[in-house]
Amino acid sequence: MTLSADIWQPIRLTLELAATTTVILLIVGTPISWWLVRSRRWWKEAIAALVAIPLVLPPTVLGFYLLVALGPSGPGGLLAPLWGARTLAFTFPGLVIGSVLFSMPFVVQPIRNAFEAMGERPMEAAATLRASPWRAFWTVAVPLASPGFLTGAILGFAHTVGEFGVVLMIGGNIPGKTQVLSVAIYDYVENSQWTEASVLALGMVAFAFCVILAMMLIEKKMVRAAS
Amino acid sequence: MSSDTVKVDFHGLLGRFELNAQFEVPARGVTALFGPSGCGKTTMIRCIAGLNHMNGSCSVTGDVWQDDRHFRPAHRRPIGYVFQEANLFPHLSVRRNLMYGHPRTSEPSAIGFGEVVTLLGIEKLLERSPRHLSGGERQRVAIGRALLSQPKLLLMDEPLSALDQTTKDEILPYLERLHETLKLPILYISHDMAEVERLADQLVLMRAGRVLAAGALRDLQADLSLPLALSRDAAISLDATVIAQDAADGMATLEVSGGSFLLPAEPLRIGDRRRLRVEADDVSLARERPSKSTIVNVLPARILSIRSQSDHRVTALLGLGSDGTGAKLLSRVTERSWKELALEPGLDVFAQVKGVALVRREEPAA
Repeated sequence: MTLSADIWQPIRLTLELAATTTVILLIVGTPISWWLVRSRRWWKEAIAALVAIPLVLPPTVLGFYLLVALGPSGPGGLLAPLWGARTLAFTFPGLVIGSVLFSMPFVVQPIRNAFEAMGERPMEAAATLRASPWRAFWTVAVPLASPGFLTGAILGFAHTVGEFGVVLMIGGNIPGKTQVLSVAIYDYVENSQWTEASVLALGMVAFAFCVILAMMLIEKKMVRAAS
Repeated sequence: MSSDTVKVDFHGLLGRFELNAQFEVPARGVTALFGPSGCGKTTMIRCIAGLNHMNGSCSVTGDVWQDDRHFRPAHRRPIGYVFQEANLFPHLSVRRNLMYGHPRTSEPSAIGFGEVVTLLGIEKLLERSPRHLSGGERQRVAIGRALLSQPKLLLMDEPLSALDQTTKDEILPYLERLHETLKLPILYISHDMAEVERLADQLVLMRAGRVLAAGALRDLQADLSLPLALSRDAAISLDATVIAQDAADGMATLEVSGGSFLLPAEPLRIGDRRRLRVEADDVSLARERPSKSTIVNVLPARILSIRSQSDHRVTALLGLGSDGTGAKLLSRVTERSWKELALEPGLDVFAQVKGVALVRREEPAA
């Protein structure tokens, strides 16, 4: 049995995409989660719903809109020339943008829950001890919500690894550039390369198992810490 | 006057709760905010801390924290705040909790780490996690944490209410020591009169979002127009000085303005200041000095004013001394004996005091 050598290409690309997406999501998702918890504006639930939309939307719908937006005649066509490209569609940055939007709820929700579970009291206590809101956020809110950050990071990473519809729509299937694992498996099956397909598929099963197990262990630890 | 007082005026709605409360009290000693649950004590103290924002003004020792145009956020107000639940940071050790609000600048701080740790008896807890502390220990650490932030005003929101009686008794002495050792004004919320009588110097009486009265504790206790003097266990707190000590029969003599009390007590030092508590129900009246009685404390006094109650009893305000200008006492007698003895305001009588309690050490005269 010989595996085709370029089986590593989609794996590396997938990990790169998932890592980039996770980092961006932690940076973008934290202020959004914080705002959703602390804001008293009536329309905050509308924003929360908007963030959560990818949970129920068919990936192809989001992919379609992203394709339009990132293409030469959308906003992406205005941004792309900054690094000398014509379009963001069918590029790695395009994939990152799509994955960030699509995995957003998986990161925002756990962080938001963790901030909510913490309540207002720790922040109030910090304020009465002369901590500025900025200092209180980093020294009290973030450490207390750390299980939420961990859960969010794992879920965001795993969800990006498993994504198929969105990447297919906006990334296409360009080996080495936009061909990620899930698309590669599809490709291998199409071309009757069963060995490669089953190796990747088995790897994904193992990966998914580890993710779920990790989540359960974190949750267990959180329950113990709370009591 | 306003440069050494805590002056507060809040009015408005917070949620569905209406607060319309003003008071001004000296910025020293313990001021108790007293009233039934839900009367706005916590809202008031949160507004003073800057945790809630309500229309009005607030200034402490001449420093304006809030007025019509300015609102200083909580983290810029020099306060210490002790919550009902200790609210320690669970991810930090006791030591790091204590140090959280401690100024980093190394100027010799007024309230030192060692001093606080000793005062509160938490030396052995420093490296522990707050998760492994008892309720009483947690609350002591919370008090220490608030003190080490070098506050100019300490706000305490029923710091004992979440604790059982044993734990309360364990913490109260620490609060008393705090009061004695530190020259730090304290605003203390309580709905427990026994706690107030033990700790407070001034009292702010609240009812349904309003301030009924504010002033020295004994003045408000003696005000017959206030609900305090008419409550079931109405009492007067008297600050007394030990003037004699009889070791043979274990009795001490404590002097108040216009009279003195003899009571059984552990050895006291002459000159010590102590607080006495005399309940209205424990004071009966006589027109002449009783010749033979087991009641040792019989003091000449004058009836200053009276108030009849719905239960056929009369509460009388007495001034100690033959001219009635000394310390005040309350006496509660039945309407029937009141009429039989033909008692009336202005009359000189003898107050027979059946029970006197020592409630706490008084701070050395300032």
